Amino acid sequence: MTTQPILLRSARVVDPSQALDGPGAVVIADGRVLACGLAAGSELGPNVSQALAQLEADGRPARTRDLPPGWVIAPGFLDLHVHLREPGFEAKETIASGTAAAARGGFTTICCMPNTQPVIDSRATLEYVLHAAKGALARVLPIAAISKGENGAELSEMAELAEAGAVAFSDDGRPVSNSRLMRHALDYAAPLGLPIVEHCQDAELVGDGVMHEGAISTLLGLKGWPAAGETAMLARDLELVRSTGARYHAAHLSVAGAIELVRAAKRDGLPVSAEVTPHHLLLTDAWVAGERTGPLADALTELYGEPLPAGPRYDANTKVNPPLRTAADCAALLAGLRDGTIDAIATDHAPHTVVDKEGEYGEAAFGISGFETALAALLALVHTGKLPMATLIAALTVRPAAAWNLNAGTLTPGALADLVIFDPDEEWTVDPAHFASKGQNTPLAGIRLRGRVRQTWLGGQIVYDAANAS
Amino acid sequence: MTETLETLATEKLALFPEESNAHLPHRRHLIDLDDWTPYEVQRLLDRAAYMRDVLADPTRRLETLRGRLAVTLFYENSTRTRISFELAAKKLGADVTNMTAAASSVTKGESLRDTVETLQALGANILIVRSSQSGAPDVITRYFRGAVVNAGDGWRGHPTQALLDALTLQLRFGTLANRHIVIVGDILHSRVARSNIWSLTALGAEVVLCAPPTLTPPNVADAYTSRPVPGTGAQRRVTVEPRIERALEGADVVMALRLQRERQQAGLLPSLREYTMRYGLTMERLQLTKPCALVLHPGPMNEGIEIDPDVAHSAYSLVEEQVTNGVATRMAALEMIGLAMGTVGTAQ
Repeated sequence: MTTQPILLRSARVVDPSQALDGPGAVVIADGRVLACGLAAGSELGPNVSQALAQLEADGRPARTRDLPPGWVIAPGFLDLHVHLREPGFEAKETIASGTAAAARGGFTTICCMPNTQPVIDSRATLEYVLHAAKGALARVLPIAAISKGENGAELSEMAELAEAGAVAFSDDGRPVSNSRLMRHALDYAAPLGLPIVEHCQDAELVGDGVMHEGAISTLLGLKGWPAAGETAMLARDLELVRSTGARYHAAHLSVAGAIELVRAAKRDGLPVSAEVTPHHLLLTDAWVAGERTGPLADALTELYGEPLPAGPRYDANTKVNPPLRTAADCAALLAGLRDGTIDAIATDHAPHTVVDKEGEYGEAAFGISGFETALAALLALVHTGKLPMATLIAALTVRPAAAWNLNAGTLTPGALADLVIFDPDEEWTVDPAHFASKGQNTPLAGIRLRGRVRQTWLGGQIVYDAANAS
Repeated sequence: MTETLETLATEKLALFPEESNAHLPHRRHLIDLDDWTPYEVQRLLDRAAYMRDVLADPTRRLETLRGRLAVTLFYENSTRTRISFELAAKKLGADVTNMTAAASSVTKGESLRDTVETLQALGANILIVRSSQSGAPDVITRYFRGAVVNAGDGWRGHPTQALLDALTLQLRFGTLANRHIVIVGDILHSRVARSNIWSLTALGAEVVLCAPPTLTPPNVADAYTSRPVPGTGAQRRVTVEPRIERALEGADVVMALRLQRERQQAGLLPSLREYTMRYGLTMERLQLTKPCALVLHPGPMNEGIEIDPDVAHSAYSLVEEQVTNGVATRMAALEMIGLAMGTVGTAQ
């Protein structure tokens, strides 16, 4: 079925993969980007004009859509780390609800972690996920388990899983504690060309900690999770990468020491990439005590001229693995993002049922439902000059794509027409009851953010339009 | 000593039994003492001191909680605290019933929220909660329309214990300003220590924490000294000194905390023996303090481990007084929240 080609014109097209940032346009035909370029003065750029002329000549003139002033077009976001919960935990999320939530957040390609039930450690389960994701509102790329059942004891059939479509391997949710097994995993995966993704957590050091170990955990009487619980495991892994030369990706880093280790590893030329989540960039452990400090709070205070109201104490929506850290850690993560040490921002979207999050802090599940607040929360840093727009978009598009060698996050001619259109200035209040995700577990409930996804396009089709949504 | 209390400097705050309940803090819940001003603490202690006299007459009963149903909801066993609260509530005229988790639907997996909503539907106005989970009372306030009183939550707080400790000390010292109070033992896991730090520093005392390094909470001195006393803005004085002989120098009061045997199994201590050698409160160590310090213990005591029997039963020990003062303190606390509830029969 052919639909009419479209010309989207905007005051700002940001595509770091082509070093574009300015007024421009995108031409979409047959589900792909036909042309994309910046304006030349008041005229369309040469690539775009040429493409339009060609379409005219072919008898398929493009329909023009001028975006409202201020709206931004960018490649649809690529999220390297999400939990879709299906198969096995459909009460928390399904592939359908998760991809709908992704679309609402501007994410067009998402990589789902294998800690489902059954774990994605066999071709059968992997193919189930791919099948269930057909026709979904975002593209799903499965990550397969490093070990069978994520048991940390035996390697999964990585070669077959790679052939079946896995884009990376991870036992996320837990670390690969056994150093020998991690070494074998790195060795075995190396010729497959896929990265090993590690959730850096020294299980013994962390124990049953529920939040960052520090002054706040002391005051709240909660068991703490020391920073060394992350850095010790990361250091071990980097040594194994050094001796095996396999590709390695550090998931959701949260502490300053970890950023430093990655910086040093990259300096040494190791094949290492790393991601951080929006919540680790923006929030602090004080949020557990209801005290809203850190980069997001500071930015919103600056934007609105008044501090954020205090939140509830012991709100289990702040409970996440790894935990929210200190303002100094947030600053180190931001510096790492700005200097290229961190390759990607990934949400670690982790939906849970209301019941899993409404009880005592120690009992609650770990995780934040992040798709639908990620962009708006991160834009607070852009609005206050702490993070350039292009750097933010790059961390959500071209850089994660490059880290894992994926075809996504670009509006290069020929690419699938996956894009996000957002209004960086529209204000809205986070209301989890209106999320597309089944997971309402966000610490940002009731907070007014500035910046909103207006449309998400997948393969040239609109899969989310804020004008139709509530 | 009524309207002018709040204008007094902390140094001047001392115990005056208060016949009127009109000056109690206005607080709907009693969860912890972190946000209490020194004046609120003193008001409550003054009222608790009066309650001791009420208790001296076994036939006397107050009416503040008449028509109210207080339920003790205990997820952890504690007969003495539960009885103390039950007696206090009854003395104020409340109906009281008890729920222990082990004997309830909690064993069938009933959630905290469902348990609380069920009790609410049964007419409970006041929940007196003890939980092994820090923050449980806070969570309960989100689902329960009535009043919540924390009878101890995990490692976080045990406000009525701290208040009865302060009462016990004020009965001996008058004012606690500039008093040197040493807390010895497993501070890391201690809700008694944490609540006491709030109230003692608010009343102007200096607190010294003495514990093995593995049982000292992370950043503990900083955590408290960086949070000024509400109402006065004074800095709280908390220091850490792991050597007991040093810690006891100049001490007016030593509070010994119970050591759980499980701490050794968890790898935090090499042996109970070494703990006792290094931290046990012996008469010899006690006599390093001049004049001899008074001794508190929240109970129950492991005699021979954190405290020697001869210390526990000496003239310096205030342990029995603590227990007696517990009912009076809880009466004042329950009266406070009872008054904040408004008249019986009105919706909250």
